[in-house]
Amino acid sequence: MPEQPYEPEGAIAGTGMGGAMDLAASEAVTLEKTPGGPEGTGPQQKPRSLWSDAWRDLRRNPVFIISGLVILFLVVISLWPSLIASGNPLKCDLAKAQEGSQPGHPFGYDGQGCDVYTRTVYGTRISISVGVLATLGVAVLGSVLGGLAGYFGGAWDSVMSRITDIFFAIPVVLGGLVLLSVVTSNTIWPVIGFIVLLGWTQVYRIARGSVITAKQNDYVQAARALGASDSRILLRHIAPNAVAPVIVVATIALGTYIALEATLSYLGVGLKPPTVSWGIDISSASAYIRNAPHMLLWPAGALAITVLAFIMLGDAVRDALDPKLR
Amino acid sequence: MLLEVRDLHVEFRTRDGVAKAVNGVDYSVDEGETLAVLGESGSGKSVTAQAVMGILDMPPGRITGGEILFRGQDLLKLKEDERRKVRGAEMAMIFQDALSSLNPVLSVGDQLGEMFVVHRGMSRKDARAKAVELMDRVRIPAAAARVKDYPHQFSGGMRQRIMIAMALALEPALIIADEPTTALDVTVQAQVMDLLAELQREYNMGLILITHDLGVVADVADKIAVMYAGRIVESAPVHDIYKAPAHPYTRGLLDSIPRLDQKGQELYAIKGLPPNLMNIPPGCAFNPRCPMAQDVCRTDVPPLYEVDEDRGSACHFWRECLNG
Repeated sequence: MPEQPYEPEGAIAGTGMGGAMDLAASEAVTLEKTPGGPEGTGPQQKPRSLWSDAWRDLRRNPVFIISGLVILFLVVISLWPSLIASGNPLKCDLAKAQEGSQPGHPFGYDGQGCDVYTRTVYGTRISISVGVLATLGVAVLGSVLGGLAGYFGGAWDSVMSRITDIFFAIPVVLGGLVLLSVVTSNTIWPVIGFIVLLGWTQVYRIARGSVITAKQNDYVQAARALGASDSRILLRHIAPNAVAPVIVVATIALGTYIALEATLSYLGVGLKPPTVSWGIDISSASAYIRNAPHMLLWPAGALAITVLAFIMLGDAVRDALDPKLR
Repeated sequence: MLLEVRDLHVEFRTRDGVAKAVNGVDYSVDEGETLAVLGESGSGKSVTAQAVMGILDMPPGRITGGEILFRGQDLLKLKEDERRKVRGAEMAMIFQDALSSLNPVLSVGDQLGEMFVVHRGMSRKDARAKAVELMDRVRIPAAAARVKDYPHQFSGGMRQRIMIAMALALEPALIIADEPTTALDVTVQAQVMDLLAELQREYNMGLILITHDLGVVADVADKIAVMYAGRIVESAPVHDIYKAPAHPYTRGLLDSIPRLDQKGQELYAIKGLPPNLMNIPPGCAFNPRCPMAQDVCRTDVPPLYEVDEDRGSACHFWRECLNG
């Protein structure tokens, strides 16, 4: 080996061989985000976070606007159904049973002579309540348990994950038939409880997965290196970065829970009369589909529009929160 | 002595077997001193640093032996909550990639201020004022206006300054910088290193600089520890090593630096690959790649021979190496 002078200067000349690419990449990002200049000494726009970026995307997305307006309308009439329906859904006239559309009663009458329009409007309240409450329950239970399992791992994680496997193995409709047929309560709570019981595992898995992903980020290690405690890391550093997939799944699930409630009511194990529910109406109308299809079509149409609106909303939110999926 | 690592052993238990990442590392840093830890990827330099900070993922990591003395106290014997009080306040770490080391959903002001909220119990408002002060100190222009910005709105160099500000927030006695300039372009690298060196002098901190960039080392380090396969193979004051390396691996590293006077010639590279940590070769771990290897290197693990006062080399043939 020839003797060579080991000069620090020579070394410095060669240190940046891999730096050029980084330069290009980092400057491109900076320029795009801060029009103020490469060092961005004073961006005049408001700081943009993931959430404000997502909101900007959503406002321009027609799918979001349409589904959002539909959902807003549904929420309003579920809170104040008398705004658009002056009648009483439980006031029926058997003499008019199965009659079709007529002035003042655009959707006609059902098998008991009740006004289908009024019943369809009032049915919104049950569907939205069941959907929203079940989704809240699922999201809270699933993300708390999933987040803890994902963050701490170990034995707790293994046990919980096996438990979710068991719940995943239960067929929803069969489980509903078995569990709900023994319930006599006339409220919506058994149905909500059942949906939460079978639904939390879905959110659990998503939350666990996204916490595990977020946990591996360098900034979590950096926070730990700077002395942050477990609870602080979990709440302040991991949760905001892991919550987006949970929101997306929950929004889409909300639509399916509304459909599930209708399914269970249709099968006679969900809500029971005199509760006004689309599922019950669809169930009682299905026997007369040949003679009086309007009795089935209006509540079924309302159900389909509601479920579709929530699923479209969920899709739009997912696109906005996770641009990589586009 | 501010920090003394003694005979540290770390291993990772994986499905495929046990990876011995650190196999008896000794090094020390004093106040105001800069130790550069050099080595290839997988040589154990970052794992040693994580063990010192106490942020090693355990499991799969496991510290199987040794001591980490911080001001004479063995950190490995502290309880986790006592250890946490040391982190950030007494010793802090600067990471390689500032973009991924900053939380994307929190403004830099929030993240800087968090140090004061967590360790000093300050109010949000006071913490925010402190954050602006820190950003000024690492020379971020218009700090007061930018304190509400998010990490992605800063350039790479600015982000690394923010990381440095976070590490310095509580004026720790020791800073570990894990390849702080690797993700930056050359001109910014120099600025960031200058800033770091200047702040180190100002606060009289101990600095452990983990790098594979020999150019950076020459400028700022007082002493160098070269790591290979989880061991220190050479440790020396910085100028001695550049003048004449006492280990063939160090010589190989220095020879692989591209130099202006060798334009057009093929660049030297150390032959072979770093050893598999699950299956470290017997004897000297470097022997399969070493141009000077003899039979004894394949059987006997070389101890750290004393080459000089405060200089050591783990090579049976350090004399030959030293003389070229």
